[in-house]
Amino acid sequence: PGGSFSRALAQQRFTQDDITRFEPLGNVTLVHLADLHAQLNPLYFREAAVNLGVGDAKGKIPHITGEAYRQRYGVPPNSAGAYALTADNFAALAKDFGRMGGLDRIATVVKQIRGERADRMLFLDGGDTWQGSYTALKTKAADIVDCMKLIKPDAMVGHWEFTYGADRVKEIVDDLGFPFLGQNIRDTEWNEQAFEPTAMFERGGVKIAVIGQAFPYTPISNPRWMFPNWTFGIREEDLQKNIDKARRDGAGLVVLLSHNGFDVDRKLATRVKGIDVILTAHTHDALPEAEHVGKTLLIAGGSHGKFITRLDLDVQGGEIKNYRFKLMPIFSDIIAPDAEMAAKIKEVRAPHEAHLRQVVGRSETLLYRRGNFNGTFDDVICDALLSERDAEIALSPGVRWGTSVLPGQDITREDIYNATAITYPNAYRIKMAGERIKLALEDVADNIFNADPYYQGGGDMVRVGGLSFSIAPAGTIGNRISDLTVTKTGKPLEAAKEYTVAGWASVNEGTEGPPIWDVVASHIAKVKIVAPKEDSRVKVVGM
Amino acid sequence: MSDAKPRPRVRLDKKEVKKGETIELKTLIQHTMESGQRKDASGNTIPRKIIKQFTAELNGKTVFSCDLEPAISANPYMQFRIRPDASGTLKLTWLDDDGSKIEHSEEIKVV
Amino acid sequence: GVAAVLPAQSFAQAAKNNSADLIKAFTGGKTAAAAKIKMDLPEIAENGNTVPMTVSVEGTKDLYATDLLIVADANPQGGVMTVHFSPESVAEVNTRIRCAETQNIIAVAKMSDGSFVTAQREVKVTIGGCGG
Ligand SMILES: [Mn+2]
Ligand SMILES: [Mn+2]
Repeated sequence: PGGSFSRALAQQRFTQDDITRFEPLGNVTLVHLADLHAQLNPLYFREAAVNLGVGDAKGKIPHITGEAYRQRYGVPPNSAGAYALTADNFAALAKDFGRMGGLDRIATVVKQIRGERADRMLFLDGGDTWQGSYTALKTKAADIVDCMKLIKPDAMVGHWEFTYGADRVKEIVDDLGFPFLGQNIRDTEWNEQAFEPTAMFERGGVKIAVIGQAFPYTPISNPRWMFPNWTFGIREEDLQKNIDKARRDGAGLVVLLSHNGFDVDRKLATRVKGIDVILTAHTHDALPEAEHVGKTLLIAGGSHGKFITRLDLDVQGGEIKNYRFKLMPIFSDIIAPDAEMAAKIKEVRAPHEAHLRQVVGRSETLLYRRGNFNGTFDDVICDALLSERDAEIALSPGVRWGTSVLPGQDITREDIYNATAITYPNAYRIKMAGERIKLALEDVADNIFNADPYYQGGGDMVRVGGLSFSIAPAGTIGNRISDLTVTKTGKPLEAAKEYTVAGWASVNEGTEGPPIWDVVASHIAKVKIVAPKEDSRVKVVGM
Repeated sequence: MSDAKPRPRVRLDKKEVKKGETIELKTLIQHTMESGQRKDASGNTIPRKIIKQFTAELNGKTVFSCDLEPAISANPYMQFRIRPDASGTLKLTWLDDDGSKIEHSEEIKVV
Repeated sequence: GVAAVLPAQSFAQAAKNNSADLIKAFTGGKTAAAAKIKMDLPEIAENGNTVPMTVSVEGTKDLYATDLLIVADANPQGGVMTVHFSPESVAEVNTRIRCAETQNIIAVAKMSDGSFVTAQREVKVTIGGCGG
């Protein structure tokens, strides 16, 4: 059994009905949304052109891009699917197909499915929902939490959610009205469960256990000091115990609502027994078909509200007998907004709308972030750090969120916040010896390209300004980075020499400096027009 | 640091078991576990001072013990399970490098 | 992966400290079979100063662990702890350890028949990074 990419989307013309049409199957429907990154409005988001897999994941889903991806899923070039799912010809196709996402459009689809499937449906939020926009930052996620409540998720998990700090997370969770799960979160003192591991539901006559898995490396990728009493990790053995308990409690279907990232989930599925479905998140992959690992189905529904996934299951006698899957692209010019949600979004944005619409400058080229190495939006951020903080070298984190700006488009305050809105935004300026810079790059490279996904921290390679290097992803820690060259002088980075380095998103408590959005806005306001080109500061070798 | 002895904190998942069943103990004690590898501001090595041994005795007989090294984290946490044969007093002892001892007792029942 | 049989000596080359000597002293130079020990440590440490570790040794009524040595192969000193079990305890311990850098944590258990078993687990200590 299996779904295939909607034929309609291989064509140029389609309707809302083409997107949402689904011949129902079986007794359970799982609807999954993850990595929204607090984006309430329709947006442009260019997918990765470079997404390298290492070790067992080399060349495998989701580590294929462009033409290889299109061939794997039968997506014609320049089609709606190509625009939604790949980086190819993005700027031109964006003009044809328009923005994607928007929580009001998502609400339309979720409500429609709920209308069709009522007591057979679970709507699950895979996390990274509360962070990524100015309004979420300003309201400490109240805006997005209020909006999400209108479409009533049945459960959620977290990652960036934790960067609002433990007190705020607890405050929201207490008032959420549905479970915030985390089988892999314990308190650092007594090693006891900090969040509920499992929520049990009954849908279509089937007992369903939803086990929640937070991003295992939240305290490493993000500031641990913001939630010092919680410890995470993958915790396979605890997961197995929770699955076994769910089965003992009568679960006929076990769903892992996971924020592990795709490669970790694929490995996990081979090692943990008894999971029927893993709803993956964190690595922002959008896959038009379910991936099979043994008896487990892996679903990856992309990010930023570009897609909703629907998985219909025929569950009999404790196993999936048949399924049907669809990755539904949320083309915002085609799907009608839900009036209730649209009104709510308008309301939460109203106090900030004027500020957000303020034009700061313009871009001549496409600004995007997603990809393993420097994106053009990151290049602008690095340039801003170099000039505004008077630094020789700039470092910018390789996060996978942040919206795109089309060539010729104005850059608004909102565009800048969409790429920078975090709770630890200070743009630091420090002296670092060349040796330490190399070590930092090596460390981050191993977090992305360790051959064993359990040793990967997720995200993409740290972005650099004022520096170029070669990287051998398939190498080992300490041996991947070479040819480090200081752009300004054209000379090799010297191990013992101290360089002035500016960056942001430091996980250390007490980091000082202006917020990164002010640094970027100030830079763009001065130069007025930016035009970063795809450049060659990072050279990939040995792949 | 004050010279007052730290008070250990101990949690038992149950205090009464059937013969053959296990009791899980979680223990925490406040201690810097000075490794002997750190230097002070003037460059002198700070002498090692750790909890070097932890012992659990049931009615005077050792049922679980460990010798600890400086690689054990500050505020040592110890979680273990015992399968008691008889009711009685479970005495936990933390032995400091300086020879001082911190003790804690729990009454457990085997039925 | 772990080889089928790991003689204590095989750690000598990789180790940056006295961990191989500690293993040798514990086993009296005997080889230790790689089996029967479950080590639960995070693949990546959240905080090198306090890394949760659970080690348990499988056994039966007739063949069970009496002692357990834990060493770290790249800390300034190799020793972590030595645990002594009894018929009235479960061959399992859960504590928190210091990891100065990325390294292998090695467990060697002495069984009631005088044989030894071993296992190891790599813990990565990193500056952290970014995220999706
Ligand atoms: Mn994430
Ligand atoms: Mn995300």
